[in-house]
Amino acid sequence: MKYLRYTLPLAIFLGLVWFLFQGLFLDPKEVPSPLINKPAPAFALEQLDQPGASIKRDDMLGKVWLLNVFASWCVACREEHPLLVQFSRMKLVPIYGLNYKDERAAGMKWLASFGNPYEASLFDHDGRVGIDYGVYGVPESFLIDAKGVIRYKQIGPFTPEAIQTKLIPLVQQLQKEAGHV
Amino acid sequence: MIPELGHFALWLALGVALVQGVLPLWGAARGRADFMALARPSAYALFVLVSLASACLLASFVRSDFSVLYVASNSNTQLPLPYQIAGFWGGHEGSLLLWVQMLVLWMVAVALFSRHLPQAVQARILAVMGLVSVGFLLFMLLTSNPFDRLFPAPPDGRDLNPLLQDPGMVFHPPTLYMGYVGFCVAFAFAIAALIGGNLDATWARWTRPWTTVAWMFLTVGIAMGSSWAYYELGWGGWWFWDPVENASFMPWLLGTALIHSLAVTEKRGSFKNWTVLLAILAFSFSLLGTFLVRSGVLSSVHAFATDPRRGLFILAFLTVVIGSSFTLFAWRAPTVGLGARFALLSKETTLLANNVLLMVAAGAVLLGTLYPLILDALGLGKISVGPPYFDTVFLPLMAPTIFLMGIGPMARWKETALPDLAQRLKWALGVAVLAAIGTGWLAGSIHLLATCGLLMAYWIICSVATDFWERVAPQGKGFAELRRKTGQLPRALVGMMVAHLGVAAFCLGVTLVKTYEVESDVKMNVGDSTTVRGYRFAFKGVQQIQGPNYDATRATIEISRDGSRITELSPEKRVYRVQQNPMTEAAIHPGLTGDLYVSMGEEVEGGAWIIRVYVKPFIDWIWGGCLMMAFGGLLAVTDRRYRRKAAASAQSANLLAQGATP
Amino acid sequence: MFDRRLASSRLLAVVLAALLLALGLGRAAANEAAPAAADPALEARMLAITAELRCMVCQNQTIADSHADLAVDLRQQVREMLQKGMSDQQITDYMTQRYGDFVLYRPPFKGSTALLWIGPGVMLVAGLSVLVLVLRRRSRMAPEQFEADEAPTPESERDPA
Repeated sequence: MKYLRYTLPLAIFLGLVWFLFQGLFLDPKEVPSPLINKPAPAFALEQLDQPGASIKRDDMLGKVWLLNVFASWCVACREEHPLLVQFSRMKLVPIYGLNYKDERAAGMKWLASFGNPYEASLFDHDGRVGIDYGVYGVPESFLIDAKGVIRYKQIGPFTPEAIQTKLIPLVQQLQKEAGHV
Repeated sequence: MIPELGHFALWLALGVALVQGVLPLWGAARGRADFMALARPSAYALFVLVSLASACLLASFVRSDFSVLYVASNSNTQLPLPYQIAGFWGGHEGSLLLWVQMLVLWMVAVALFSRHLPQAVQARILAVMGLVSVGFLLFMLLTSNPFDRLFPAPPDGRDLNPLLQDPGMVFHPPTLYMGYVGFCVAFAFAIAALIGGNLDATWARWTRPWTTVAWMFLTVGIAMGSSWAYYELGWGGWWFWDPVENASFMPWLLGTALIHSLAVTEKRGSFKNWTVLLAILAFSFSLLGTFLVRSGVLSSVHAFATDPRRGLFILAFLTVVIGSSFTLFAWRAPTVGLGARFALLSKETTLLANNVLLMVAAGAVLLGTLYPLILDALGLGKISVGPPYFDTVFLPLMAPTIFLMGIGPMARWKETALPDLAQRLKWALGVAVLAAIGTGWLAGSIHLLATCGLLMAYWIICSVATDFWERVAPQGKGFAELRRKTGQLPRALVGMMVAHLGVAAFCLGVTLVKTYEVESDVKMNVGDSTTVRGYRFAFKGVQQIQGPNYDATRATIEISRDGSRITELSPEKRVYRVQQNPMTEAAIHPGLTGDLYVSMGEEVEGGAWIIRVYVKPFIDWIWGGCLMMAFGGLLAVTDRRYRRKAAASAQSANLLAQGATP
Repeated sequence: MFDRRLASSRLLAVVLAALLLALGLGRAAANEAAPAAADPALEARMLAITAELRCMVCQNQTIADSHADLAVDLRQQVREMLQKGMSDQQITDYMTQRYGDFVLYRPPFKGSTALLWIGPGVMLVAGLSVLVLVLRRRSRMAPEQFEADEAPTPESERDPA
C-alpha cells in the first residue's frame, strides 16, 4: 500500500474540484435570511399617502400577507412591479408596500406612474424597519403568515417562475393553515 | 483590420502550440530527434505570434479603436496614454492575453538558456509549457476573445475603472503575472523529470534559478499590489486577505517552500518526490488562483466580470492539468530514489520543517478562502471569513517559521548538534530579546504582541549577523582580512542573507505600524490646524481643478514640525467624468521612519471638511522588506556557479554530441 | 505747531497696534481643529466593532470602511446602540439576527465552522508528525538504500545552501 500515499494529492484535489464545480452554480452574494420561521419584527409606520394614519405589525395578525420593499430610486423594482400589479389582481394575498429610504412625494409619484398593487404602503423614511427586516438589496419581499411569522423571503425581484412555483403554493398552504379556504 | 490580424495570430498560435505540445513529447518518448528538435523553433514561433496579437490589441487601445468591444469597455479618448496602454490588462479578456504573453516570454527564455540540457529533457519541458498555452489560447478563442467587434462602434469608450488609473496599475499586473506564470517553468521541469525518470540533484540544480526568478517577480508583484491598495484606496490599509489577494499569496508561500526544498534536493539529492510535488503544487495554485478570480465563485473587489461558461472551462482545464500531473506523480514517484542520508537534526531537517510550516500556512489560507464556498455547497449556510480569522490563524504559524530562519542557515548539512547550535546562537537570542524590549521602551509603550513581532525581526537580524561573523571573522588579522573574506563570500550566500534580512525588515514594518500608528479624523475650516504626534497639519485651502478625465476638489495641507515646514500635501476628491464615480486620492509624505497620510472625507456645513490624518511609523519597511527579499533572490540567481556551470555543461554537452566521452 | 516726531511716533504706534490686532485676530481664527466625531472615544469603539462586520451590499468591505448607504446607516445605528450602553456582544447579536452569520468577518465557532477554526492547528500537528515519523523511519533504514554523497568538489564546498 505504499502507492496509496502517492495518490493522496490526487484524491484531495478531486474532492476540491467537486466543491469548485458546485460553487459555479451558487451565488456567493445571495444571503439567506435568518428571519425565516421567526416572528416578523415589530413596526409602527405611517402610511405613505396618509401621514396621520399608521399601521402596526400586530394589526396584521390573523391574515397571511406579503410585504414588498420598494423605492422610487430602485431600478430593479421597475422590472418587478408589473408582475406584482398583475399578481395583485388575482387577489390571492394582500400585498403591503414598504417604501424604503425614499421621499413621500417621490414614492407616491412612482406608484401613480407604475401602478399600485398594495393595500397600503408604509413609509420607512430612515430605513430602520428595513434594517430590522435585514433588507440589504431592494426589491425584497417577505411572506408572513397569520401568526406573524416570516415564512419566505424573496431576495431581489420576483420572477414569474418564483411567483408560480414558490409564492402561490406557499400562500395557499399558509391560508389553509390559518383556516381560510 | 488590425483586430482581425490579432485574432488570426491567436488561431495560428493555437496551431503552433498544439504542435509544440504534442510532437516533442512524442519524439522524446520514441527517441525521434527530428520531433524533439521542433520544440525550440515552435517556442520562438509561438512567441512571435502571441506578441503580434498583443501588439494588435495594444495598437487598438492606442488608436482608441472603439469598434473593438474590449477597448470600448476599458478605455476612453480622454484617458491618458499610459492608462490606455494599461487598459490592455484592465479586464478579463486582455489579462488572459497578458497571461499567455508572459508564458511565451518564459518559453523563449527557457529555449534560449537551456541549451546545456539533454535534448529529450528540453523537448519535454517546452512541450509541457506548450500544452499549458494550448489551454489558455483555447479558453481565449472560445470564450474570451479580446478582439470581438462592437458594431456600431460607440463614439467613445466606457473608460478604465478609475481605481485602476494609477501608476501601480501599469506595473502591478505584468509583474505579478511574470511571477505566477513563471512557476509554470518549475512545473514543466518537474513533469519532464517525472516522465523521463531523471529526477536527481542535477534536475534540482537546473530548476532552481528559474524558480527563484519567478519567485522574485511574484514577491515584487504582490508588494506592488499591497502598496497600491495603501495609497489608492484612501483608508491606509494594505492587506485585506481578500480572495484574490490570497490567490496570489498561496503560490508565493509554496514558491518559497519550493526554493528551500530545491536547496535540499540539489545539495543532497534528498526528498526529490517532495520537491517535485511542491513544484506541481506551486503552479497548480497559480492556476487555481486564475479560476477563483474569473469564475464568480468567490466575492471580491478584484474579481473580473463573470460568466459560468468561463468558470466551467477554466475548471475543466484546471482538472485536466493538475489531475494529470498528480496522476503522473502517483505513478512515477514510488520509483524515485531516496537520495543521500541525513540525521534527524541537520540542515536538511530544518529546511523540511520550513517546508511543512509554509505548506500548512498555505493550507490555512486556502481553508479560509474556500470555506464559505464549501459550507454553501453542502447547504450549511453562508458565512464570511475575513481578516480576523486569517490574522488569528496565520501569525502563530509564522512565529516558528521565523524561529527556524535563524537556525537553518547555521545548521550543518547531514548532521548538526543541538548544543553546538545553542552555543553559537545564544548571543543572538539574548540580543534580540533585549532589542525587542528596548524598541518598545524607546517608542513609549511596550505591548506583548508587538514585542513578539519585534523579537522575530531582531532574531533574524542577529542570527544573520552571527552567521556572517562566523564566516568572515578576521581572527586577529585585522580589517583587511575581514574585507577579503567578505568579498569571497559566495553571492548566493549573500543573497540568502539579504532575503532573510528583507523578511526581518518586513516584520519590523508590520509590527511597528500596527502597534504605533495613529489616526485622527478632524473637522477643518480653512486656516485650522491639528497636531498629531508632534506633526502640525494646517489646512491651507481648497480649490477646484480639472484633470485630463476628471474634475476634482483639491485641499492643500501644510505639514510642519517644531515650527519648521516639512512639506505640503494635496489630497483630492475626484469625480471621473465618464463613469461618474467619486474617488478619494490620498496624499502621502513617505519617509524612512514613517508616512504622513492625509485624505479628504466629506464636506460638512459651513464649508468645513472632514480630513483624515494618519501617522504610520515604518510602514514603507513592509514593501522595502519585500524588495530586499527580491534583491536577495537576484543575488542568488547571478551567483558565479550558474554562469560557470552553464558554460561547463554546454561544453560537456557539446563533447557528448560529438561522440567523445567526457 | 505739529510736532513731526510726535506725529510719526503716534503713527507708528497706531500702525503697530493695528498690526498686533490683526495678528491677534488671525491667531484666534486659526483654530485647533475639532475631532470630526462628536465623541471620539465612542467613534473609536464603533469603528472597532464595525471593522469586523461585512458590508452586505459591497463586494468585500467592512461596514467601517464602506461608503454605501446601508453601511452609513448601520454605523449610525451602532453609534446609537453604544450610546444606549449596549455591549459589543449585544451589537454583534443585533447584526446576526438581521443578516445572519454572513455579516461577521470573524466566523463564529459552531459545529459547521469547527473544522475551519481547528483546521490549521490540525494541519500543523499532522504535518510535523508526518515529518518526524518519516525522518525516524529513514534513520532506521540501512545505509545502502540511500544514494552516496557526491564527492566534494571545490564548488560544492563553497555552495552555501
